[in-house]
Amino acid sequence: MTTTEHVEVAVQAGSPLRPASGHSIFAGRQEGIPVVFEKSVKGRRAGKLPALDVPVMDLDEIIPASERRHELPLPELSELDVVRHFTRLSKRNYSIESEFYPLGSCTMKYNPKIDENVAALPGFRNLHPLQPAATVQGALKVIHDIQRQLAEITGLPGVSTQPVAGAHGELTGILMVRAAHLKQGRMRRKVLIPDSAHGTNPATAAMAGYESITIGHDRVTGELDFEDFKSKLDDDCAAVMITLPNTLGLFERRIEEICRLAHQVGCFVYCDGANLNALVGQIRPGDLGVDLLHVNLHKTFAVPHGGGGPGGGAICVAAGLEPFLPAPLVVQAADGSFAYDAHRPDSIGRVHSYQGNFNAVLRSYAYILQLGKEGLGELGANAVLNANYMRALLADDFTFYVDRICMHEFVLDGRPFKEFGVRTLDIAKRLIDHGYHPPTIYFPLIAPEAIMIEPTETESKETMDAFANALIAVAHEARTTPSVVQNAPHMTPVGRLDEVRAARQPDLRWLAPVS
Amino acid sequence: MSGFISTTPAERDVMLSRIGVSTIDQLFEDLPTEHYRPDLDLPAGLSELETWQLLRKLSETNLDLERHPSFLGAGAYRHFVPAAIGHLISRGEFLTSYTPYQPEVSQGTLQAVYEWQSIVCALTGMDISNASVYDAGTGTGEAARMACALTRRRRVLVLDTVNPRYREVLATYASGPDIDVETVAAFTSRPDGTLGRVTDFSTKIDDSVACMIIQQPNFLGWMEQVEGLSDALASVGAILVVIADPVSLGVIRPPGAYGAGIVVGEGKWTGGPVDFGGPLVGMFACRKDFVRQMPGRIVGSTIDGDGRKGYVLTLATREQHIRREKATSNICTAEALIALATTIYFCHLGPVGLREVAEQSIQKAHYLASRISLLPGYTVQSTAPWLYEFPVHCPKPAAQVNEALLGSGIIGGYDLGLEDQALAHSLLLCCTEVTPRSDIDRLVDVLGSL
Ligand SMILES: Cc1ncc(COP(=O)(O)O)c(C=O)c1O
Repeated sequence: MTTTEHVEVAVQAGSPLRPASGHSIFAGRQEGIPVVFEKSVKGRRAGKLPALDVPVMDLDEIIPASERRHELPLPELSELDVVRHFTRLSKRNYSIESEFYPLGSCTMKYNPKIDENVAALPGFRNLHPLQPAATVQGALKVIHDIQRQLAEITGLPGVSTQPVAGAHGELTGILMVRAAHLKQGRMRRKVLIPDSAHGTNPATAAMAGYESITIGHDRVTGELDFEDFKSKLDDDCAAVMITLPNTLGLFERRIEEICRLAHQVGCFVYCDGANLNALVGQIRPGDLGVDLLHVNLHKTFAVPHGGGGPGGGAICVAAGLEPFLPAPLVVQAADGSFAYDAHRPDSIGRVHSYQGNFNAVLRSYAYILQLGKEGLGELGANAVLNANYMRALLADDFTFYVDRICMHEFVLDGRPFKEFGVRTLDIAKRLIDHGYHPPTIYFPLIAPEAIMIEPTETESKETMDAFANALIAVAHEARTTPSVVQNAPHMTPVGRLDEVRAARQPDLRWLAPVS
Repeated sequence: MSGFISTTPAERDVMLSRIGVSTIDQLFEDLPTEHYRPDLDLPAGLSELETWQLLRKLSETNLDLERHPSFLGAGAYRHFVPAAIGHLISRGEFLTSYTPYQPEVSQGTLQAVYEWQSIVCALTGMDISNASVYDAGTGTGEAARMACALTRRRRVLVLDTVNPRYREVLATYASGPDIDVETVAAFTSRPDGTLGRVTDFSTKIDDSVACMIIQQPNFLGWMEQVEGLSDALASVGAILVVIADPVSLGVIRPPGAYGAGIVVGEGKWTGGPVDFGGPLVGMFACRKDFVRQMPGRIVGSTIDGDGRKGYVLTLATREQHIRREKATSNICTAEALIALATTIYFCHLGPVGLREVAEQSIQKAHYLASRISLLPGYTVQSTAPWLYEFPVHCPKPAAQVNEALLGSGIIGGYDLGLEDQALAHSLLLCCTEVTPRSDIDRLVDVLGSL
């Protein structure tokens, strides 16, 4: 069926609100699910502990009466109540397991199920983080080996897996930059950040005590404005933060020159590695002159997103910066055993209570082992192939913010729909009725009405065909029946929610009704 | 074709021709050719079977807590995790969903976060909770930054009875914005092995102080004396920050009841296995009037056009994607799935179950302490009320005691000498509801035989 036929069928079906693709993931508006506290029945219980097997002391002798707690307003439920409640909640979620997530910048790929089993191995799950190193050699080997693998993949030899998310890796990296400058007696004040950067970049610079200076971008190439960069680069710049490929999904072709110029004034080049999926096996940022890069293990490797974490934000750095890595590091001794190296006088210190998100690191390790050298090469190649294929499918019906071959993602321009009174937000919401999670929207901020699409390498041709058809169908609806689009989504349990009300009259927790 | 790619060579050719190129290399022409397609020094990929076998074997080289008695706590505690939790959080709809930026397709996650926030508030006695931070360590760093922003001051006091790891993370977080962190002694040690406590901090508290950070119960397992502390701080415009253990909140007063302005807690142990210390999940709660400086995501309840109730991410004008360099924090991806596990845990236990977990942990630890105190050469070092963890002064250095215990297949306690040379003979021991009496008796026997 061609796109036009598809939409005609939808309209003829009598319910233009329900697209004919037959793919809608939700059946329409539903009753709300009561907050779990509202299900509470006094005296109900879900489980019990074994009888206490030690002599019982009087608790009043242990805890002073003034310190005791008298009421604990938690819900009282049976196990079935709990299981049903959360199973019902789960059914109000979209997820990669059943559907495609075209979210630009998020790399929502499929994560193999074997990683779940590996992550659940009792010999890894039941390890205390402070056990002696001799009793956790297997776990330390995982950390040590993935440090080496990530070093090889990024071309940056110093690696710590302590940071637990992308933004956490950024903070770790920029604090290392700060420590490296201070070590040389340099008090620098600025960090250069392109206007296309993710919000975490300037927020990180501020947390590390730097002023962020914005560099513009070239409207034609979509790359950083090189002249602007050169004019702002001086010996007060501690670092320049570059996203590679950038957030328009384009490779910064002058990256080597950027690194060279930065290094000439003693400025470090930090690479936001959120988009590393495009580069894996194709090029190593370290070979280009980048000094630091964080890897979002939950994007590029195998950590399911979990509705907003846990993730992993391993930091990878050039040899000269290794002394500043967070402590402790996992190292291999001459006898082949693994140990913690806590004596690191130049280290920025600890960034996590323990060794970072070990369980996420373990999943990623299994994934890298399984992919191996060729698999990693195919990963990046297919991520880029899929994005360009998707781009080609949409080329007749959409305009691109920058029209050229892309890397792993690209940005559509939503502005042409304005003349029909349709905004990017509307297109996103209408896609939901067609059975798809919307792409990333309104990011990067430089692209007005941005619609940012990243298919990832794990999606098949037919999934991309079907998604492109749905998006084209929405574009058609926007032109012909804009009100259907403007009021979407129609098929979800709730309609568009009043965000102004949410912010103006904050209701952020359940409170027992006053009786 | 390897890995998890579904495109066949035939499909690839169709796709390339649709793009208008003939090879994949043509898609990479923007990359500098001399570095293109490096020869990675990595082995060939493994099959699923080989991966499983290799990692299962590797896992068996570790000494895990299911198979070995352990008395190690020091911030990371093993509690029983009802089976329902693992099953529920493994549902693909939770496990493989994205951050709920699109509320209409994410009501499940959003409502669960709202319930988490409600539970964190109920436990801590605070008004507002966020959706989670990375862990209690980074939460401590965020709390210090938040207190500095709220008071426009840059001096932070932290008691030396706060978990040393949290203090290390705090120092790292404070280094960027140049926050001046002062460690305040809250205990004293004497050569005879007895410990004393310091409870008067009045000389430290003045109007340059943004906040004082305490941990309740503290790293040594004792309860800090909190009476009057928040008043003393409030009188100079400073904030009391409390790091709380959620299990203890089943039996002791919530920090909201003694004047905490910000509360941080580690939520991992109530709902998940110890996981070698990660992923964790930081609870982060505060007073209502502090919300604009709160880091991280917050979920709120609202209505749709038909008045139907629903949930959205809200108060986002604090966050990095809107405020960029002016954001309250750079945090983006946090620990949603672990927060969900913890939420389910508290729903499963309810008030009675949580109290039981706390009480059994307390009873077992006190039984252990009472038996150890009868051993010649050992002194239980607690001068204050304590719950499920306590230091013991041993006749030998704690490191040697631990080594001997390990020789008997027991993962001992935490060697406090690692933190403070003066405590080289002190072993920090903990029990929880999962510690059987037989393990306790065995530990006492081995200690007695050293
Ligand atoms: C380009 C970019 N940088 C940084 C981040 C932050 O990563 P995380 O959410 O893991 O902290 C993201 C993720 O959303 C991103 O897309």
